[in-house]
Amino acid sequence: MLQTEQLEKMAVQVRRDVIRMINAAKSGHTGGSLGCADLMTVLYFNVLEHDPSRFSIDGKNQDVFFLSNGHIAPVWYSVLARTGYFPTAELGSLRQLGSRLQGHPSISHHLPGIRMASGSLGQGMSNAIGVALAKKMDGDRHLVYTLHGDGELEEGQIWEAAMFAGAKKVDNLISIVDHNGLQIDGSTQEVMDLGDLRAKFEAFGWLVLEMNGNNVADVESCLGEAKSRCGKGKPVMIVMRTEMGHGVDFMRNLAKWHGTAPTDEQSEAALKQLPPTEYGDY
Amino acid sequence: MNRYTFTEKKDTRSGFGAGLMLAAEQMPQIVALAADLTGSVKMDAFAKAYPDRFFQVGIAEANMISIAAGLAVAGKIPFTGTFAEFSTGRVYDQIRQSVAYSNANVKIYAPHAGLTVGEDGATHQALEDMGMMRMMPGMTVIHPCDYNQAVQATIAVAKYDGPVYLRCGRPTVPNFTPAGQAFEIGRGYVLEEGNDITLIAIGHLVWPALEASAALREKGIHAEVINMATLKPLDTACVLASVKKTGCVLTCEEHQINGGLGDAVAGFLARNYPVPMEMLGVDDRFGQSGKPQELLDLYGLNTAGIVKKAEALLARKK
Repeated sequence: MLQTEQLEKMAVQVRRDVIRMINAAKSGHTGGSLGCADLMTVLYFNVLEHDPSRFSIDGKNQDVFFLSNGHIAPVWYSVLARTGYFPTAELGSLRQLGSRLQGHPSISHHLPGIRMASGSLGQGMSNAIGVALAKKMDGDRHLVYTLHGDGELEEGQIWEAAMFAGAKKVDNLISIVDHNGLQIDGSTQEVMDLGDLRAKFEAFGWLVLEMNGNNVADVESCLGEAKSRCGKGKPVMIVMRTEMGHGVDFMRNLAKWHGTAPTDEQSEAALKQLPPTEYGDY
Repeated sequence: MNRYTFTEKKDTRSGFGAGLMLAAEQMPQIVALAADLTGSVKMDAFAKAYPDRFFQVGIAEANMISIAAGLAVAGKIPFTGTFAEFSTGRVYDQIRQSVAYSNANVKIYAPHAGLTVGEDGATHQALEDMGMMRMMPGMTVIHPCDYNQAVQATIAVAKYDGPVYLRCGRPTVPNFTPAGQAFEIGRGYVLEEGNDITLIAIGHLVWPALEASAALREKGIHAEVINMATLKPLDTACVLASVKKTGCVLTCEEHQINGGLGDAVAGFLARNYPVPMEMLGVDDRFGQSGKPQELLDLYGLNTAGIVKKAEALLARKK
């Protein structure tokens, strides 16, 4: 468990990892990875009940996390390494030939911490429901978490899954939407107005919470609240407000940073805004 | 005279239903998911016997496949059940990412395959499904020929660790394979031995192939008949041994020629032992409404169609 100040420092370190990994690979999804760094840090260091030294695909007797918006794999790889799933030295191999750190998460390369491929959007909530149902059958009280992009909610399967989870009372599931309001072609407002997400998920039978995803204290408190609401007949949805590119001023709230890698100069400028931490670069 | 006989006609989907019950009794990890077609796909007995292991997903096939993948991650052995068309084309990407690429132990059970869905017409007549599934890395593709084989194939599929596509049919067809004969995944079953021509059939066309063999025998032609109940992995040793003996091969399937059994056999033989070959199947067309046998007759997927192709092939061989 990390204290709030440590969480903040770790989130900066995770952002440094993200910038350095994607810059080294010369490809990858920077904006969403930076925006979700606070959430992923809090989730992996302080919230999930998991034992990185005893990773198993089936996730029995541990909490299980699915990254449905698989393109922000860099931030996931960073927190997985920094919580001990695999050596941080491996982070530099992102997207390289033969690397376990595939461009989008894969299990075929046996990277500890990953249970399901993702990248083609809209499938993670359904996968999570499967594990959640199995946990109920097995009397395992642990929870299942998912993270989605807001643009990802345009996929129809999300609403199939949301309908199922509400109707069948999958109340050991916490889903989080990274609501940064941006997707590849522009703002979600322009591409496909998402409307009132709270009302939509409530109508589907979910309990809905909201949080500022770029404030670690708020994230920690809201995730705690979400956990306490589990087991009460409803799946829990957290609409998480974030800034795409949070932490680097010239990347903030710009759709072009969805899938753009920083050049060497941009990387250097970004790292100046993310000062080195006691946790150290990989 | 056909050397094989049967006492009754039964549907392979009911064979699945019976096999699932037998497997489920021994294997508590087995769960089943249906998408509003529980009775049609013969999962109703399972749903009644094991309500805690059955999930009604509603008309949401993508969700069903991906939930099944999650159940498999957590150690369950899920069977999904909906028509072959909705088990493949509708959910190709879900199968690709969550099942095949993620090596999830999901059993995609797909009845109502082929023209013999009948009156519902082309939207419901999957003729490309085996091709789609055969292309998928890591996917095993099985299509039993009758009720008894469907029972045993289902048990074998349950015990096998890995993604499987299990294709079944709607109409009743002759039930002639021995009851209780354990199903071997990846084995071609030689039903008749012969030296003149190899007939490799799958699913509903295995029985017509036996009938055709009997008709050819009366003309002095001795066919070797293989029931290729596993399309992938293909029993290449079985194909090669037979073709080396006969020197020509005719494939028979209730599926598009493109991508199906014919393609699989041709692809293997072209690279290893090219011989004159013909393929009987649906030739780049969609199906249509009609009674099952009317449709098979219209598309030439019957005993007469096999005999005709076989004779044309034998003429080429000479």
